[in-house]
Parts: sequence; C-alpha cells; structure tokens
Amino acid sequence: MILVIAEQRDGVLHQASWEAVVAAQRTTQAVQVLVAGSGVMSVAEDLATADIDSVLMIDHPLLEAYTPDGFIEAISQVVRSMSPDAVFLAHTYQSREFAPRLAARFQQTLVTDCVATKQVGDRLVFVRPMFQGKFVADVAPVALSPCFASFQIGAFRQDAVVRGSDSAAIYPQEVVIQDDMIRQEVEPPFQEAKQAVDLSQAERIVAVGRGIKSKDHIELVERLAAALGAEVAASRPICDSGWLPMDRQIGSSGQTVSPKLYLALGISGAIQHLVGMKGSRTIVAVNKDPDAPIFEVADFGIVGDLFEVVPAIISALSE
Amino acid sequence: MKIAVCVKQVVTRDWPLRINDSHTWVDDRDASFEMNEPDAYALEEALRLKEQHGGEVVVCSAGPPRVNQVIREALARGADRAIHVEAESLASADGAMVAEALAAPMEEEQFDLVLTGLQSDDQGFAQTGVVLAEFLSIPHATIIMEVQVGAGRVRVKRELEGGWFQWVSMSTPALLTIQSGINQLRYATLKGIMAAKKKEVRLVEPPAELARRQEILMLSVPERTKEIRLFDGAPAEAAGKLVQALKDDARVI
Ligand SMILES: Cc1cc2nc3c(=O)[nH]c(=O)nc-3n(C[C@H](O)[C@H](O)[C@H](O)COP(=O)(O)OP(=O)(O)OC[C@H]3O[C@@H](n4cnc5c(N)ncnc54)[C@H](O)[C@@H]3O)c2cc1C
Ligand SMILES: Nc1ncnc2c1ncn2[C@@H]1O[C@H](COP(=O)(O)O)[C@@H](O)[C@H]1O
Repeated sequence: MILVIAEQRDGVLHQASWEAVVAAQRTTQAVQVLVAGSGVMSVAEDLATADIDSVLMIDHPLLEAYTPDGFIEAISQVVRSMSPDAVFLAHTYQSREFAPRLAARFQQTLVTDCVATKQVGDRLVFVRPMFQGKFVADVAPVALSPCFASFQIGAFRQDAVVRGSDSAAIYPQEVVIQDDMIRQEVEPPFQEAKQAVDLSQAERIVAVGRGIKSKDHIELVERLAAALGAEVAASRPICDSGWLPMDRQIGSSGQTVSPKLYLALGISGAIQHLVGMKGSRTIVAVNKDPDAPIFEVADFGIVGDLFEVVPAIISALSE
Repeated sequence: MKIAVCVKQVVTRDWPLRINDSHTWVDDRDASFEMNEPDAYALEEALRLKEQHGGEVVVCSAGPPRVNQVIREALARGADRAIHVEAESLASADGAMVAEALAAPMEEEQFDLVLTGLQSDDQGFAQTGVVLAEFLSIPHATIIMEVQVGAGRVRVKRELEGGWFQWVSMSTPALLTIQSGINQLRYATLKGIMAAKKKEVRLVEPPAELARRQEILMLSVPERTKEIRLFDGAPAEAAGKLVQALKDDARVI
C-alpha cells in the first residue's frame, strides 16, 4: 500500500498533493491518503473523491498551525500503525522541511524531487534529476518498506487524477501529541510589501541568468529588452547578488509568468526557474552549453556566447 | 555562541561533466571544485552572527581528501577551525549517510547553532541538514532568509512558496538550513588566506558501519521531449534567422 501525505493550509488543499496522488495511482499498489491539521474534514472529503482505498484524517488542535515537530510526531504514529510499503508526498517547501526527518525516524531517506517511478522486478525505482537537471538518475532505496519519496511539482498533471465512482471512506486517526513536543513557535505567514513590478502582465520578457557574469553587463540585456519592447527579468542568483531588484525574479520563489515571448539568456533552466516560466507561449534560449536543461523547454534556441549573440539580435531587430 | 556551518564541496558549476563508464556517477577525476552555493551564504551568516554576538565558527565537511580545498576557503573567509570527516565513500554518499557521518563529531562539540545550506548543487537531496537535526536531536527550520539571535532562542524568517514568509522561533541549540540570497557574500582577503594556513582542521574517521540508504542504479542524460528549432551559423546569421522566426512563425514581435 502507498500512503500519500497530502498538504493543506487553513483547510485549503495544496494542489501539488493531487500530483502525488497521481504518482501513487500510476503504481500497481493500493493507495491511501493521509491529511493532518485542525478542522480538515472538508479537505478529507475533497481527497475522498479520488479513486483510492480510503482517506486517513488526523484532526488535532495542536496541528492547527504547521510545525515540523508536531507534524512529524503525528504522522509518524500513523505511518507506524499502517506500515505502508511507500510514503509519497509532493516536493513542496513544507515537505522539504518535515519529510526527511520523518523518514529518518524510520531509518530511511527520502528520495526527493522525483519525476517518475519504475517497477524493476520487485523494486520500486525512482527517477530524479541530479546536477541541477543536467542528468537524471534511477534511484532505489536500499532497505525495504517503507520507502519515502517526494515528487517534483508539475511532474504529474493534477487533472490526471482518477476519480472514484463513490467517495472513499474517511477514517479519523487517533494520535498522541502534547504541547511540549512542539519546539517551534510560529507566527502567521505574510507577504513582503507589494511587488513594484507585475511581470505577469508583460507580453514579452527578456530574462537574464548568471551567464551575464557581472552587473556591468546587465545594460546589454536592457538594450535588447528595449529593442523588443520587453520587460527585463532574471533568475534568482542575479537578484541574490543585487544586480537586479528582487521583484524581477522569475521562479518558484519569484513571479510566475506566461508571456507571448520569453527569452532566456545565460539561464541554465533549473526546475525552480522553469516552474515560473514554462507556460510562456514561445520560449527562446541562448546558452553556450548545448546540454543546458533550458533547451528542453525552449521552442527556439541558439547555442552560443550571449555576448556575441545578443548584440547580433539587437542589430537584426533594427534592420 | 558556538556556531557550526556544514559545507559541501561540489563540482564547479560550469564544468562540462560526463557520466562515468558504469553509468552510476560522473567522471570527476580532473574536474575543478567549489563550495556549494547556499553553504557560502550559510558561512557568511555564521560569520555575521559571530561578529554581533561573539563566539566561534566551526566548518564541518564530509568527503574525500580533496574537500580540504573548500575547508581552507571557509577558514580564509573567517571561520575559526574545521572538522573534516574524511572518507572516499563519502564522495557520492546519500544525505542520511553524510548526516550520520557528521553527527558523531558534531554532537561532541555541543554547538548552539548549526547552519547548513538548503540544498546541494550536485545531488540536490535537500535533506542532509534536516536529517542531521534528527541525529543531533535538536529542533530545526528550513529555507531561512533572516536570523535573529536572543538569549537561548532564535527567531528566523522562513521562505514559503509564492512570495510568502513566516517568522518561527525556537530554543537553541537548533539547526537552520539557509537559502541563497540571505546576505551579501564576502570574499577571502590575502590576510585571511595567510591566517587560514595556521588554523586547525581536525580529521575524523566516519563511523565504522555507515549505511547507504539510496543507490544510483543508472545516471543518464535526460531525453528531450519537446521539439526545438536551433539556429546555427555565425552569431549574425543565427540571430537573423531567430528574428525572422519570431516575426513570421511565432508572430510574437
Ligand atoms: C527552494 C529553492 C527556490 C529557488 N527559487 C528560484 C527562483 O524562484 N528562481 C530561480 O531562477 N532560481 C531559483 N532557485 C535557484 C535555482 O535552483 C538555480 O540555482 C538558478 O535558477 C540558477 O540560475 P542561473 O540559470 O542564472 O545560473 P546557472 O545555473 O549558473 O546557469 C548559468 C548558465 O549560463 C550559461 N552561460 C555561461 N556563460 C555564458 C555565455 N557567455 N553565453 C551564454 N550562456 C552562458 C551556462 O552554460 C549556464 O547554463 C531556487 C532554488 C531553491 C533550492
Ligand atoms: N558532504 C557534506 N559535508 C558537509 N555538509 C554537507 C555535505 N553534504 C551536504 N551537506 C550540507 O547539507 C546541505 C544540503 O545538502 P543536500 O541534502 O545534499 O541537498 C548542504 O547545503 C550542506 O550544507
């Protein structure tokens, strides 16, 4: 049996949880889904619409706010009593925080960021990127059950979830947790001051990555953007270095955009960047490395040195 | 305050990596190496906390002898001393195995704060720090963008998805995984490089039976699923063809 741990906040299901359900449904095993929190009946009912054996629900006042200690303690009790063959999660910020430690409680590691599973003999094998997406690896947990795996957001389509003809049964779970087991004290989530730039409305975007080498060269990118009537955006390291302001960042911790044209200059195409721009209509990549992962999502590409290619594009545009 | 920083040595970002003959790992025999990026930010944060609150910064790294390069670099930037858990088998170890190797010598030290990066650029397990917190039996928080230290407590700003953040506090000792961009990095000065030569690097053997928990069955280059049109030729020619295609085929300019 595969136990999928769904994620919710304030009674709202994280959409990537459906993708983890799809990953589990694609195996040959029975599927159960666990949700933990306080006041999560409606989330459990939502999950019960999937074609799964049952939904397990931990509803406990100490789990109202997510804390790693609280969630690990509660979830590990249910994992222990259910003894699943595998535990699946979505590779979200929250599962990054608690799931490795949960797995360690069972003397296991978490196989993170998986994009597919394979059945090899009696072994469940996971496919995951390495070296920032340059390679993929088939990885197998060494020890047997339970194995723990988290799935990259977008690796499965949430609309591919198979729905059941009837609602699955919902089983409330008893767990023992006390106040003093939870060492983290959390404050409510907040957003930084409103973004000054809303790139989601831009029709064309010229995005720059670390291939630009230094702050002094940003001007070259701005010239190309001006010639195209485009907004300038960047990968995270450019904003981390202060070469462009934070509100120009595209990706999982920046903005999500889907312009008509997205031109990526010297950007390798790490998954955290791709999630923010792969919905763009036409993607162009300029990169000196022919194996850069950005070329996997691009429609058009030039393999070359951006310091030669960009001036050439600018002059081609002026003709 | 006694602060540990876990630093991993990884292959230089631009290195043209090739898969080894057995398709289980990369051929990194003549690669050049550097400090894992978020770890550099973790080190910087530790140095800043030491400047504010006093104490000591200890670099901890697990890996083969070549790892000494990043240890020296961290010492040159201002760390006080280092612990190197040395073994060839740690070069491509999984996150839990590394955490287990680091845990024993780190436990002895009784650090107030342990900082790690949130993820490594090579294997990208995104978990070594979190698992280390379990082995050290201390509370943890991940993807941290600001650290405030009080008496026996830390208050930290966690990055959440989609531009959200959250403050979390906990008692120390604690472990934090640091996100890139938390601060602006400093670089080693000549004086620092000279001083680093005299700093202590303690070599430690890993526990005798270190368990591997994941194995790489096969490493390969991802298959391209989307059709791409590549424009070749000299830059002017390639650029000309691209602009034409953007006008006539994609109709986006
Ligand atoms: C939790 C988390 C959240 C993250 N959030 C984001 C996010 O929101 N957005 C984001 O972008 N990243 C994010 N990242 C970081 C991400 O993983 C990558 O590290 C980052 O996207 C890499 O940026 P880059 O492509 O600019 O740099 P690199 O990966 O260093 O790539 C530089 C590229 O430039 C090419 N190049 C070098 N010189 C030239 C030249 N002269 N001409 C042409 N090409 C050249 C190289 O071949 C290389 O492909 C996040 C990471 C984590 C762990
Ligand atoms: N071999 C190692 N030696 C020291 N620290 C490590 C090692 N491997 C991983 N780490 C730390 O754990 C963090 C997360 O790495 P990973 O779990 O591989 O993604 C890194 O940013 C480092 O701070």
